[in-house]
Amino acid sequence: MAYEVVMGLEVHAELATNSKIFCACPVGYGAEANLNVCPACAGMPGLLPITNKKVVELAIAAGLVTNCQISSETTFDKKNYYYPDLSNSYQITQLYAPICRDGYVDIHTSQGDKRIGIKQIHMEEDAGKLMHNDMLGISLVDYNRCSVPLVEIVSKPDFRSAEEVIAYLEKLRSLLRFAGVARARFEEGSIRCDVNLSVREKGDPHFGVRTEIKNMNSLSAIERAIAYETERHIDAIEWGEPLIQETRRWDDAKNASFAMREKENAGDYFYFPDADLAPIEISPQWIQQVRAALPEMPDRKQERYVTEWGIRAKDAALLSHSPSLARIFEQSADLCGNPKEAANWLVGEGLALAKKHGIAIDDMALDPEKLAYLIRGVEDHTLTRANGKKLFAAIFSDNVDPAAYIKEHNLDASVDQGALETLLAAIVADNPKSVADYQGGKTKALDFLFGQAMRQLKGAGEPGEIRRILEKLLRPE
Amino acid sequence: MITDMTLGELERALDAKELSSMEATEAYLRRIKVLEPEIGAYISVDEENALAQAAASDSRRAKGEKLSSLDGIPLSLKDIICTQGIATTCASRILVNYIPPYDATCWRKLKQGGGVLLGKCNMDEFAMGSSTESSAFKLTRNPFDLSKVPGGSSGGSAAAVAADLACYSLGTDTGGSVRQPAHFCGVVGLKPTYGRISRFGVIPYASSLDQVGILAKCCEDAAIVLERIAGKDPMDSTSFDTPPDAYRQACKRPVKGLKIGVPQEFLGDAIDPAIKEQLNQAVAQLKQAGATVEDVSLPHTQYALPAYYVLACSEASSNLARYDGVRYGLRAEAENVQDMFVASRSQGFGMEVKRRIMLGTYALSSGYYDAYYNKTLQVRTLIKRDYDQIFADGFHCLLTPVAPTQAFAIGANIDDPLTMYMQDVCTVPVNLAGLPALVVPVALHQGLPIGLQLIGAPFGESELFAIGSALETNRLKPNLPAVQ
Amino acid sequence: MSDNKTIISAEDVDYVAKLAHLQFTSQEAADCTAKLASILNYMQELQKIDVTDVPITTHVLPLQNVFREDETGSCLSREAALANAPEQWEGYFKVPRII
Repeated sequence: MAYEVVMGLEVHAELATNSKIFCACPVGYGAEANLNVCPACAGMPGLLPITNKKVVELAIAAGLVTNCQISSETTFDKKNYYYPDLSNSYQITQLYAPICRDGYVDIHTSQGDKRIGIKQIHMEEDAGKLMHNDMLGISLVDYNRCSVPLVEIVSKPDFRSAEEVIAYLEKLRSLLRFAGVARARFEEGSIRCDVNLSVREKGDPHFGVRTEIKNMNSLSAIERAIAYETERHIDAIEWGEPLIQETRRWDDAKNASFAMREKENAGDYFYFPDADLAPIEISPQWIQQVRAALPEMPDRKQERYVTEWGIRAKDAALLSHSPSLARIFEQSADLCGNPKEAANWLVGEGLALAKKHGIAIDDMALDPEKLAYLIRGVEDHTLTRANGKKLFAAIFSDNVDPAAYIKEHNLDASVDQGALETLLAAIVADNPKSVADYQGGKTKALDFLFGQAMRQLKGAGEPGEIRRILEKLLRPE
Repeated sequence: MITDMTLGELERALDAKELSSMEATEAYLRRIKVLEPEIGAYISVDEENALAQAAASDSRRAKGEKLSSLDGIPLSLKDIICTQGIATTCASRILVNYIPPYDATCWRKLKQGGGVLLGKCNMDEFAMGSSTESSAFKLTRNPFDLSKVPGGSSGGSAAAVAADLACYSLGTDTGGSVRQPAHFCGVVGLKPTYGRISRFGVIPYASSLDQVGILAKCCEDAAIVLERIAGKDPMDSTSFDTPPDAYRQACKRPVKGLKIGVPQEFLGDAIDPAIKEQLNQAVAQLKQAGATVEDVSLPHTQYALPAYYVLACSEASSNLARYDGVRYGLRAEAENVQDMFVASRSQGFGMEVKRRIMLGTYALSSGYYDAYYNKTLQVRTLIKRDYDQIFADGFHCLLTPVAPTQAFAIGANIDDPLTMYMQDVCTVPVNLAGLPALVVPVALHQGLPIGLQLIGAPFGESELFAIGSALETNRLKPNLPAVQ
Repeated sequence: MSDNKTIISAEDVDYVAKLAHLQFTSQEAADCTAKLASILNYMQELQKIDVTDVPITTHVLPLQNVFREDETGSCLSREAALANAPEQWEGYFKVPRII
């Protein structure tokens, strides 16, 4: 039997604001427990939410980069459920009138290009964090994360493989990061993903029983979870065992998914409009303002790198993927005037070093001025390519000053004109046979002398200049 | 006697140095000491703080640095209004010992104007009730007849003002909680337009209906307080920046030429004839003063009460979900957190609160959302349209009863929630439509006060003060012993 | 008016109590069922009215686009944040274990 897996994603991304969505507490990753807390986000009675305007603008931006319709009126609702990390016992979210609807993201996989539909994007507040101490039989609550602004991006059930899911997540991250909407880093939990998955016989128009794997924050875990869950569904179908529509948790250590606790699974929460918050009207002018402030998106960059700068398509894709790498590339290309060289150094050396040192591409901090200095040095032969690599590594890891580094490590390849002429004259004098051969018409003899010169110069000096001087010396008087 | 002076009189006496804030505050504290055991208006009295604030006020006045008309004047607050560093309980066991680290905006404005806080007043638990009998802590008695209730939910505030245990008081009004006790206790009660006074720091019952209100000895006093506390607050998204008017001046405006409607739907069989009689007299009085008075119709009035209870209870079920024993308030012992939630809430809330949470949860639960909650929001639209039409037709205000009856006996309705809910039949439409309303005491009947309700257009508090002042008679006073 | 017993059953009350995180003794539950039934019956009044095509009102007065700028303000000290906590442990709110 041939099976088909059908998936939809719910992606939560923390918005890149200074303050929380409904109060002025700072949004901080890694602050000590209960320090970024005020009466409002601690759920004290009588406090009222006030919407952070930046949250709305970032959500509009998220909608624009995913080709969504932006709602002209959007409102907040309360989602009511009891859990200790939810300080008000309700989460302010959007059910009835979300801010964005009906968009799409284009992805590329080994199977070709595909368009993934976006059902909606809505704004909401995050919950706090819980820690469990099974030995003491207690749980501890930290409300720092309570009311941190999120967008939830809900896709249509358009995924048919883990590869598509990963391509989509990478693309989505890149879009959100370029637009300045979110930091979107899996490792700090600032982007999280729920996968809704069902399996059906190929060709069946109906969906199978759906399970939801919650709260995953690494691409490799998502890949493994999809493989596991797909297998679990197929097994159940083939053995005729019942599948239950439920929420599951992925345990990466055990490499398996587990049904979540009954409490979290009950689904018995209810929604209704939040009367404490005013409706939001979004005018076409406001949307236009947000659109105008958006930077160039990765697809457009990639295209421009290829058509305007002649960069290889594969390199252009790599360079346009990360906002910080694209910025380093574009700035150093502008400064040195040689985009191809800038691309070569960043893709060839930069990505290799990043991989070697285990540094995320997004964390590569390379000063474009320094890279441009290096490229110019190689170009005018004051720096050999080999020494350029040494310098690149030093800039990459220690952010050294290139001029000082070249001096300190004696990497300067330029030589004094007089000294060069004296050295070449000596080589000519030491090799009378070659001189005679050359003057006898064997022009190849020049190559031998040139080789001698290069050996003695150890890479210093400009090759064209060396040939020119040698030719002059060999010319019969 | 100092304690029966109005706010306006007290301000003049303080300004003329005939009296100090210290003397006034001490007089109120003495009276509280003697009468409070009988009336039970307060949950807490803070003598030390009150005297310190009074002393500070006196030294400001001596230096000519009076902060506002309210500087040095003793007041009380319903215990639903958060006071930084002072316990705020909502008359509920679940909030026992809760000390807010913030001031409600309305109290902050009074404090910054030099107000002297005597204490926090009793109320129905979480403002859910019409008799103050659902307080977890104590009974409040009607100063005009100690066997009767003071009304609710701001019963402590109304009784305190009526019995001269505070010069004025702030309450809250979600469905009549300032107006019905004002009527029962013979004081002036103002529920301003929704959004006129910030709700920041006021513990919510039903967010789309709640509004801070004022209980005072006369219309002018309520006007002085409103001038001080009205206005846009950046901490409340639903507060309005419509500029407050000169309300004190408005009390002196003539009513000649004003057009007043009497909605017939408010005069059904359930209304006590004595109250109807007072309403007819008021009509005659207003006509004589040159106002036009006409019968009008608000056809959707009969749906207001059920709609109100669906809406208020739904919002309450969510607003009261935060009392789970985790961050503050009562926590019951339990093995695990889920049992702790249930045990804390079951021990912490009284029966009426639980009933309303149940009703609201039911109305919001998936099978009933459309039939109850959503339908109610549609009915709310129809009710609001009724009022929009009346004001579009040029009426300045409406004159109605406040409640079907005068103050009833303690215990009379305690086991019959539906009858208790009927108390709110004349007041809830105002909250559903977000309008301002003023209750003015007009007469004593069989020893108990009767007040009448004036309903205004949105932000039309000035017209209410003008007409209210015209109806106002000499202050109704309960027969209580004088305290020297 | 319909029979009080039919509008809300004891099972309904049990279920709603579970949603609301409340617990009743059997006597309380019976009393609650009876009282809720009489209130709900009264609320059937609402079913008499035709509201087809009537929009809902969540905010009674016109209100829109009330925002604050994305600026940080001061937080509570941890001591103040935890001051009302029934139990705390090293800067955290402490609760019994979650099952």
